[in-house]
Amino acid sequence: MFSGRICKLLGPTLVRHNHTVTLFPGDGIGPQISASVKEIFSTAEVPIEWEEHDVYPILEKNGKTRIPQPAVDSLFKNKIGLKGPMRTAIGKGHVSLNLTIRRTFGLYANVRPAKSIPGVKTPYSDEGVDCIIVRENTEGEYSGIEHTVVPGVVQSVKLITREASRNVAEYAFKYARDNNRSNVVALHKANIMNLSDGMFLDQCKEVAQKYQDIKFRDMYLDSACLKIVKDPGQFDVMVMPNLYGDILSDLTAGLIGGLGLAPSGNMGRDGLALYEAVHGTADDLVEKNKGNPTALLMSGLMMLRHMELNDHANKIEKAVLATLGERKVVTGDIGGRATNPEYTAEICRKILASS
Amino acid sequence: MLRTFVRPALSTLNCKAASSTTGFKSGTKYGGKTTVTLIPAAFRGGRKVTVTLIPGDGVGPEIAESVTTLFKEMSVPVEFEVVDLTKYTLRDDGAFNNAITSLKRNGVGLKGVLNRAGDFRTHNVEFRGNLDTYANVVRCMSYEGIKTHHTGIDLIAIRENTEGEYSCLEHESVPGVVESLKIITREKSMRIAKFAFDYALEHNRKKVTCIHKANIMKLSDGLFKRCCAETAELYPSIEYEEQIVDNTCQQLVINPTQFDVMVMPNLYGNLVSNLGAGLVGGAGLVPSKSYGDDIAVFEPGARHTWMEMKGMYVANPVAMVLSSAFMLKHIMLHEAGDNLITAVKKVLNKRTCQTRDLGGKATTREMTRAILAELHDLHA
Repeated sequence: MFSGRICKLLGPTLVRHNHTVTLFPGDGIGPQISASVKEIFSTAEVPIEWEEHDVYPILEKNGKTRIPQPAVDSLFKNKIGLKGPMRTAIGKGHVSLNLTIRRTFGLYANVRPAKSIPGVKTPYSDEGVDCIIVRENTEGEYSGIEHTVVPGVVQSVKLITREASRNVAEYAFKYARDNNRSNVVALHKANIMNLSDGMFLDQCKEVAQKYQDIKFRDMYLDSACLKIVKDPGQFDVMVMPNLYGDILSDLTAGLIGGLGLAPSGNMGRDGLALYEAVHGTADDLVEKNKGNPTALLMSGLMMLRHMELNDHANKIEKAVLATLGERKVVTGDIGGRATNPEYTAEICRKILASS
Repeated sequence: MLRTFVRPALSTLNCKAASSTTGFKSGTKYGGKTTVTLIPAAFRGGRKVTVTLIPGDGVGPEIAESVTTLFKEMSVPVEFEVVDLTKYTLRDDGAFNNAITSLKRNGVGLKGVLNRAGDFRTHNVEFRGNLDTYANVVRCMSYEGIKTHHTGIDLIAIRENTEGEYSCLEHESVPGVVESLKIITREKSMRIAKFAFDYALEHNRKKVTCIHKANIMKLSDGLFKRCCAETAELYPSIEYEEQIVDNTCQQLVINPTQFDVMVMPNLYGNLVSNLGAGLVGGAGLVPSKSYGDDIAVFEPGARHTWMEMKGMYVANPVAMVLSSAFMLKHIMLHEAGDNLITAVKKVLNKRTCQTRDLGGKATTREMTRAILAELHDLHA
């Protein structure tokens, strides 16, 4: 019943009937949409037990930020987590919260699939978008190393290491192979940044040698931007350094309907995976419980597929796509009028009807 | 008939537009003593204006040929000083320096995209650094006859073109670890911000958006953002807003009509101008203008050489032709420039002659002939 992969995930512990997954609800609409996801998963009888924790980093007196220990222990133990949106504290001396999480858990690759959703009409729905962005998640332009050289002159350091580039390239090709994807394109600006992006590109080329069944090519970032808005269907798996990945993944989310619908997963060492909703906390929707749980739900489905619970994932996905396709009970951000509980109930109804 | 002709330096624009900021001199130093002198009128009396033409690599020579053909047929009083860099090798600094000297001497240039790397910067980047053409302006406007996912786009992307991520200062500090420096200075940020607002004022634009990533790059993009905000206070008639670059890219594919003038550092400018070009129909349709304090260079907006199609005459010459039309307007040959722009728009709207990138089969020369036919109709 349980494949070898799941046994490896659980490690040397006993094979349990239920998988335990860490859940970080987050802020704003986070707790509400997390509740929706839990309800939908239990309706679909997904064998998951949730362990909820608060992952909001604590600012210590010495200026360092760290994640609360219970949250850290939980995710390292369970190896799989789902995270809601988090509020960024402005001006409180926090290092970026996401950065703290990435560093604590060693999340080196960020995977953002963008697939056109039937029922959510965008100018790109007709030709269909189905691309995946694999973004290096630890270094690059987001190293946070900046200095004021003299007053009025600032330098910001972009750090590219061979090791991190190789890791993300390996993950991109492995993902492509595991998910039956035929080609990988590396996006870079090595004509301008010869050494840094050049090193990234070299690592991608080296890894490509090991995966002869997957077509590899490289493209300048600006060329890619030009082509992706004209004809997004030509892109499959794309791998790139941190900043370009951040920008382009928001772009591809826009192609399919916005951040409220886009899933995201982060890969760490030894099979650790944290899936998250990348939209904001939408504080104005909290009172009436009108947040859209689709992004968190889709991330949850990515998580289920990673855990090889494909049947459950397919069942839920079918219900979600059907609900979105009918457009009768959908939330405000995609043009409907339903509240979060109404939308959730509709999906649950469809799941029960199909089983 | 050409009588007096003043080669307009950027300061002319600024002096007209920034009347509320008396005492502010535009020049190479913000608020400093340097002033830019207006080039005195030259009595040409029948002689032509000399413009440097650098065809560039890839399909560059072919689309430059379109421009020279059109100018000849239109009898435009422009003489091209052609500096051909395609035959020269990487080591040939002499040819490159000739090009720079020619541009500095003439003050106006029409340039294709170069595909070669210099010693540590590419030639394109080297050009911009040497000439200090710090402002690159790309206007992305929807054309009626071109089928795209969005319509009604009219945005202007103003990109700081001399520093930022393109400083090309990299080193491998230990084996396997490379550091690349992104430089942002107050001086250049103020300069481009002032240019953007002046440009908006000059062209009756209502809003300027500053594109940045200051939430992550707090010092560098933070400085850029502050400079834009400070400059915005001098222009109360123009609405100012700030937006993070990833949100901008998302908004560009969801609702690009919301953007008016956008000002940003080098790399984001590259992305946004290419995105904008893609949104209105592709690299073959978008021209750009690069301004320095006393020099203007006109080149295609999305800078791609398309080396694979070199010599096959399938490239779309519209971007280069429109760049040359803007060049004509810059040297005060407004009628010729406007006629050329009208003719190009008519060809695009009629949809009978379309090159490969627009879904048709026309060659570069056929497109040029179509534009010529429209020009004849205009004069008839």
